[in-house]
Amino acid sequence: MSLTDSDAKIDAREPATSLAAVETPFSRFVADYFESRIATGALAVLVLIICLALLAPLLAPQNPYNLAEVDVLDSRLPPASVGMAGYTYWLGTDGAGRDLLSAILYGLRISLLVGVASCLIATVIGAVIGLTAAYAGGRVENLLMRLVDLQLSLPAILIALILIAMLGKGVDKVIIALVTVQWAYYARTVRGTALAELNKEYVEAARCLGFSHTRIVFKQILPNCLPPLIVVATIQAAHAIALEATLSFLGVGLPRTEPSLGLLISNGFEYMLSGKYWISFIPGVVLLITIMAINLVGDQLRDVLNPRLKR
Amino acid sequence: MVFLRALAIAAGMVLFATASSSQELKIGLSAEPSAMDPHYHNLTPNNSLLSHVFERLIATDEKQRLLPGLAESWKVVGDTVWEFKLRQNVKWHDGSPFTADDVIFTFQRAPNVPNSPSSFAGGVKGKTVTKVDDHTIRISTEAVAPTLPNDVATIMIVSKKHGEGAKTEDYNSGKAAIGTGPYKFTKFTPGDRIEFERNDAYWGAKPKWTKLLFKPIPAGPARVAALLAGDVDMIEDTPTADIERLKKDPKVQLSQGISNRLIYLFVDHARDVTPFAKAKDGAETKNPFKDKRVRQAVNKAINRDAIVARVMEGVAVPAGQFLPDGYFGISDKLKPVAFDAAGAKKLLEEAGFANGFKLTLHTPNGRYINDAKIAEAVAQMLTRAGIETSLEALQPSVFFTRASQGGPNNTPEFSFILVGWSSGTGENSGSLVPLVNTFDRAKGTGTANRGRYSNPEVDQISAEALRTNDDTKRAALLAKATEIAIEDVALIPLHYQVNTWAARKGLSYKARSDEFTLATDVTEK
Amino acid sequence: MTAYLLRRLMQTAVVVMVMSVIVFFGVHVIGDPVWLLVNPQMDQRDIEAAVRALGLDRPIWEQYVYFVRGALQGDLGRSFIFGEPALTVIVQRMPATLELAVAALVMAIVIGIPLGLYAGLKPQHALSKIIMAGSIVGFSLPTFWVGLMLIMVFAVMLGWLPSTGRGPTATYFGITSSAFTLEGLRYLFLPALNLALLKISLVIRLTRAGARESLQQDYIKFARAKGLTHGRIVRVHLLKNILIPVVTVLGLEFGNLIAFSVVTETIFAWPGMGKLLIGAIQTLDRPVIVAHLIIIVLLFVVINLVVDVLYTVLDPRVRVARQTA
Repeated sequence: MSLTDSDAKIDAREPATSLAAVETPFSRFVADYFESRIATGALAVLVLIICLALLAPLLAPQNPYNLAEVDVLDSRLPPASVGMAGYTYWLGTDGAGRDLLSAILYGLRISLLVGVASCLIATVIGAVIGLTAAYAGGRVENLLMRLVDLQLSLPAILIALILIAMLGKGVDKVIIALVTVQWAYYARTVRGTALAELNKEYVEAARCLGFSHTRIVFKQILPNCLPPLIVVATIQAAHAIALEATLSFLGVGLPRTEPSLGLLISNGFEYMLSGKYWISFIPGVVLLITIMAINLVGDQLRDVLNPRLKR
Repeated sequence: MVFLRALAIAAGMVLFATASSSQELKIGLSAEPSAMDPHYHNLTPNNSLLSHVFERLIATDEKQRLLPGLAESWKVVGDTVWEFKLRQNVKWHDGSPFTADDVIFTFQRAPNVPNSPSSFAGGVKGKTVTKVDDHTIRISTEAVAPTLPNDVATIMIVSKKHGEGAKTEDYNSGKAAIGTGPYKFTKFTPGDRIEFERNDAYWGAKPKWTKLLFKPIPAGPARVAALLAGDVDMIEDTPTADIERLKKDPKVQLSQGISNRLIYLFVDHARDVTPFAKAKDGAETKNPFKDKRVRQAVNKAINRDAIVARVMEGVAVPAGQFLPDGYFGISDKLKPVAFDAAGAKKLLEEAGFANGFKLTLHTPNGRYINDAKIAEAVAQMLTRAGIETSLEALQPSVFFTRASQGGPNNTPEFSFILVGWSSGTGENSGSLVPLVNTFDRAKGTGTANRGRYSNPEVDQISAEALRTNDDTKRAALLAKATEIAIEDVALIPLHYQVNTWAARKGLSYKARSDEFTLATDVTEK
Repeated sequence: MTAYLLRRLMQTAVVVMVMSVIVFFGVHVIGDPVWLLVNPQMDQRDIEAAVRALGLDRPIWEQYVYFVRGALQGDLGRSFIFGEPALTVIVQRMPATLELAVAALVMAIVIGIPLGLYAGLKPQHALSKIIMAGSIVGFSLPTFWVGLMLIMVFAVMLGWLPSTGRGPTATYFGITSSAFTLEGLRYLFLPALNLALLKISLVIRLTRAGARESLQQDYIKFARAKGLTHGRIVRVHLLKNILIPVVTVLGLEFGNLIAFSVVTETIFAWPGMGKLLIGAIQTLDRPVIVAHLIIIVLLFVVINLVVDVLYTVLDPRVRVARQTA
């Protein structure tokens, strides 16, 4: 996770050479991507995970958020036990009697929602600030970039931790906290790319043609900033999911009746030593696979979209 | 996963590779004491730990019954005057003798420690200590005070010589931490460890362990892991999740004892419209808890046996009143209400809530054993009974602020809460008066009455009990007031906590109802 | 340079100001610690006395003014829980955290650089592929989950290492650390490894990328042409060039290590600042939270400054660039 931050840092140090001039046609990009078997597999896993999360209400045998369906008399059953309601808990149940399979599917939804939503919002905010800084230059750029540096120089985990402690529990609050600690990465990336683009002839040409500032920024420069932005967004999504899990583990974050993967792991932690491994272990593996798949996809995207690293 | 299960089973076989050196005892604590000053913070972790170094005039046994401590005997010498005979030949850790002056000094210092977040003022208030001779004192009170010995049994006596002018920092550094107890203070490393060594000149039975090491390990699983890995010899507050497994473990010895802590639900008795109870469609509705039948329905909708068996893993006792059997002033008529889903539905119908209503249950998360999990089970049960209950688990600091004074004019904010209570005095008036007597700032009653229950009859009988020095009469009055309050469903008792200590094989602990962990009660078999 | 330093100092002052305001008022809004601190048996008047003793009865802006007045004299207030100055409480626990972070950093370098170098020099070798796969797993693993697994396996199942806490300390050269005793090292190993895991993956990947890039550059080709041995090329020429970005990034990451120790310390009951902060958040011990953040911000500023200076010293290109800019 931090790895990716630092990679991004290095990339941004030399904006002129990195991630620039990506004009490979889409088909070429697709072909490049699927060159790696690992990356192909990772993408397949990621698609599967997203489908599972989206279809959770249809797939899950139980609605784990409906307290009337959850029975404490069924708590802590090992995988493949049959419960009071008559159906089988294929992955066992947790401490409150929730079907773990259902809880994981629903938890996946929350984890992905948090990851994607915080990512999208941060991307928009970051892109606007980054573009503004690059295009406006001068004092505005100075001020905005100082803000970015400042945000990046503070420890994300501590800021998020204290922010959520103050905001209270809930998905929306976790997203706010994650956006707060992540927008700066996007801003820096976009500004770096945009600066490089601004010096190019086509922008010059557009200016000569008398295009409006908005048109130049959004129609000319933004599309060219997208590739690096997508790479950063992928990696930050993985980061966001892991951060949410960590915050839930630390006791701030999401309410316990609607657990994300991190909260499921955290709640299962107390049963680890008593041999009821499934409550914590299975959600942990699912979380690991999810983050890994996103990271692998992000890695390949970076390689494919970055000509400098071409073999 | 099969691999992990196999490992988990194998884990039992490699425990305690390193048994600790013969006479040192290492204990894993669940909460860190905030200071080594016995008057700084009146809270269990501090009171428990410092009992090794300091002593009280009156000691208590594992069931909180009173025993002679630094006082050999005490008696009433007038309606409002008690006389205490102090023990002779008791020496402070520096060798100086213990006298009446130390007691008088202690009663002056205890309520006046600077920055104290929770002082001992309550136990000292209204008491005047006078010296009769070096080993006799008298304590006089403003009114009849039958529970005075219980109050006195909370105050740790400090040395006048070392305590005069001493600040909390001086106790933390050890400079002033001079007591009369079985152990001497050696070192306090905040966040990490507390070390004591044996006081060989102790007046009582010679303590068994030469050295004590206390390690605060707040996370439950980590505490169990430390025991299993042999890092500590004993842990307190064993998580219920691990008890079943530890019971089967031949290398571990468990000690369990019912505590005086009641876990209960409190409803809003006061407001006509209560913010967290809504009609099914979300519209505002009258406070359903004003109707006794709704309170009874809630009482019947809860399956206490299921909570005890599944959430508490058998480590709790279903409750029907404020204190478990054997405590002074309880009623012998009250039993836990039986689970009766049909009865609950019928009562709700009679009260005009045939369709049920929406409710939010607020609970602290991490204050009592499994608190949020119990609340989750309660919410499930009520939802099935037709009261659609959602759960909000809050961190304890936030919960208690809001539950006590989060509403307008510093009134309690919530409509329906899960809380716990233990009688500080170790008898029933210590529960009855704070919990179900009318909240009255001036009289100091109803301090913990967060449901603002008010019943003049209960108030009047409780007050009468507190004016009665005759034990038998007082016990009967307390029992009667309890019966009235419980019959009226002033609150909904769930269960009494059972505390579990786990030690390596060969050690046994005398489980205490006040949740203290005392090395002096750890014996080797 | 002086102007640069001065500007950084000004910025820091502003950050500290803003943060202290937000946190001070933010924590005030959530609740106050009194209800957790008081003995439940205390009556209303005693509780009110406790509120007064902590100064919480004053209006919040008055409390803030009081705090600022103290802060300007180096007094960040007294911990509500411990009754001692918040600064003292934090500084008492700082060595444990620094020790953990340094140990993790050392681990990251000692394990990460050789593995990364190997993967970079022999990219097609099977072992390299395993190393790279491992590094992906390494930075995908949630720290807290790994911590639990480490305790499970090494402390409980195998019984090789202690599960939690910090071992005995010893003092050399004025530094007290548990890394100076054998027993202390046993306690240090698991938490340090847990904290280092992400950074090991990071170092592996940085080193590998650096090695691959440098191998194609002219000076390596010249060295080869000069007939230098492979070992000498790697040790002298390659390593020197790779180390610059690695050192820079690790320097910046040191602050993150300290921040992230919140998680590791919580799991391993390590008596450091991170565990203190979690406790303070749970109990709403406002002075400790505010002081902790201020210290962390200052720490980060210092680290960034040192890294910046080091970077300039190490890399002549940056030096030139900065002078001309």
